[in-house]
Amino acid sequence: MNCRSEVLEVSVEGRQVEEAMLAVLHTVLLHRSTGKFHYKKEGTYSIGTVGTQDVDCDFIDFTYVRVSSDELDRALRKVVGEFKDALRNSGGDGLGQMSLEFYQKKKSRWPFSDECIPWEVWTVKVHVVALATEQERQICREKVGEKLCEKIINIVEVMNRHEYLPKMPTQSEVDNVFDTGLRDVQPYLYKISFQITDALGTSVTTTMRRLIKDTLAL
Amino acid sequence: METDLNSQDRKDLDKFIKFFALKTVQVIVQARLGEKICTRSSSSPTGSDWFNLAIKDIPEVTHEAKKALAGQLPAVGRSMCVEISLKTSEGDSMELEIWCLEMNEKCDKEIKVSYTVYNRLSLLLKSLLAITRVTPAYRLSRKQGHEFVILYRIYFGEVQLNGLGEGFQTVRVGTVGTPVGTITLSCAYRINLAFMSTRQFERTPPIMGIIIDHFVDRPYPSSSPMHPCNYRTAGEDTGVTYPSVEDSQEVCTTSFSTSPPSQPAALGVGSADLAYPVVFAAGLNATHPHQLMVPGKEGGIALAPNQPTHGAQADQERLALYTPSDGAHCMATPSSSEDTETVSNSSEGRASPHDVLETIFVRKVGAFVNKPINQVTLTSLDIPFAMFAPKNLELEDADPMVNPPESPETESPLQGSLHSDGSSGGSNSNAHDDFVMIDFKPAFSKDDILPMDLGTFYREFQNPPQLSSLSIDIGAQSMAEDLDSLQEKLAVHEKNVREFDAFVETLQ
Repeated sequence: MNCRSEVLEVSVEGRQVEEAMLAVLHTVLLHRSTGKFHYKKEGTYSIGTVGTQDVDCDFIDFTYVRVSSDELDRALRKVVGEFKDALRNSGGDGLGQMSLEFYQKKKSRWPFSDECIPWEVWTVKVHVVALATEQERQICREKVGEKLCEKIINIVEVMNRHEYLPKMPTQSEVDNVFDTGLRDVQPYLYKISFQITDALGTSVTTTMRRLIKDTLAL
Repeated sequence: METDLNSQDRKDLDKFIKFFALKTVQVIVQARLGEKICTRSSSSPTGSDWFNLAIKDIPEVTHEAKKALAGQLPAVGRSMCVEISLKTSEGDSMELEIWCLEMNEKCDKEIKVSYTVYNRLSLLLKSLLAITRVTPAYRLSRKQGHEFVILYRIYFGEVQLNGLGEGFQTVRVGTVGTPVGTITLSCAYRINLAFMSTRQFERTPPIMGIIIDHFVDRPYPSSSPMHPCNYRTAGEDTGVTYPSVEDSQEVCTTSFSTSPPSQPAALGVGSADLAYPVVFAAGLNATHPHQLMVPGKEGGIALAPNQPTHGAQADQERLALYTPSDGAHCMATPSSSEDTETVSNSSEGRASPHDVLETIFVRKVGAFVNKPINQVTLTSLDIPFAMFAPKNLELEDADPMVNPPESPETESPLQGSLHSDGSSGGSNSNAHDDFVMIDFKPAFSKDDILPMDLGTFYREFQNPPQLSSLSIDIGAQSMAEDLDSLQEKLAVHEKNVREFDAFVETLQ
């Protein structure tokens, strides 16, 4: 199976980085999360309910919808905050990217460790611009809002192609497909990483790999 | 389009499509309520949340959707449409979006109904949640309130896109193939909002509330009524009792207020039209006749024409003898209208002689505006405040705020207050003592509650201390002097450039 890869690019002001990234990541995860599975006897299961909530951005004229899960929101905010700090400290041209990768675990026989097979990767490339006047900032607020609207439409278009999704797992396999660690929702297994790039697009010495969960204890 | 569906699958599929249609309508209407929506996740399935999504059901919306469907399901040629439109407080309306749930003939016979179709419908609803926040109407709906409201209408049948104007755009939310056809959800939205931009933010009296039986005439055969995107408790409007949903309130908090806001403040609000308080106040605010007579009372320069030719002026002449009973007259002027533009037009029609009286035509400027006030002296007699007359006395014909005075206008009391420094002695002691000053008695105000009554407050408000930036010195300074000092100021700033840069750094 080939891994599906989607790339989105945004140009934002420094203070808009967090909200823009959260908007994209939350929109993707909204589509890639289900309610908690409750397995019953005879191999059947029921699914919990996913709530949603609107989030207004402070620095962008934009509102996005996210899954009502504070745990998930905190996890995303943590990594996006780290990305924003890394961008700021890099001192370069303000180029970076975040990758949201959905994967499946494939059990391997001892002594080999489990494989992580990605089936969908979303990459968001960020270009940070510096603006001088308040008027430019105001225009940027609106423009970035419009751009994010386009990105959301792109994401939704990809989601509705109904391409490969992992099969619904049995109870024993559910942890190979879904992240069952959250209390209220169940996203597909995912990991988020980011890179700060220089103008040439290659990673520089500040390449960092951070993982949100301990799912990569390999 | 024969299928191999067994009867159970067929029943399930019909149920899924029906509830999907109802949930679609709920998502769309709730997204146009003007409020943020928040529902909670629940790890334990309740069994009543269709498609495993927490979407509340507003009973009224469900009722309307069921009424539109009338027991049918979306099928080929029969689409379910939700029309979102905007209605201004002046009664203008405009279609903003049409959301269409359609079915085409392309079947997917292999797909599993109870599992795959269900999950894909769930995904489509999530996409709808995301897309409803992304179309232009969302931001408009978040701003609805006194100036405009958002309405919805559900109809079933052929999609009608005529009302969206030219160049409307379409966004496809998604598709789900089923054994009986492919369900498509899309939105066509208007991009030409030109009509809105000129009127949207004008100060207009608020709509008195859209109640559910104010039907808008639709030019289409399926003339279902428009409804406000506003959640009301069951039975409030039409008297119909809907099955209650106890947790609806949590999500659909009441959106916009339908009660009129407080009346516009008295003079000094900032509208340039208030330069002609006598003329315009007759139409400005019918319930505040005291606005009409303020200029006659304050500032001391109020003068009345000898030959009023306008109803408002007739009242003006009676200002000197104003009593609350005259309020009725003020309100009944022919030009009475709450549109200041209309009133300004009516004033231009007057042809009062202006050679008899010494009056000063003043163009009111907004607060803090450092602009010489153009004065037109209409007689050769001594004019009060002549020392403040600017060097050029041209009228700014192009300025829409200034009307060439065919007739004398009274001076704005604010004008008096702006130059109160040099004129405080003169304002009340001018040679034109045609008026008898009587107590200012605003209608409908009681003076037994506060130590200061409304009239006193109003008078004091009319004479605020002069702003330092409007002092004579600055007013008299010529442009050339300004330019000279500019160079020095720039030099000083350039010296301090490093400090500024450091400051900006700390902000980022």
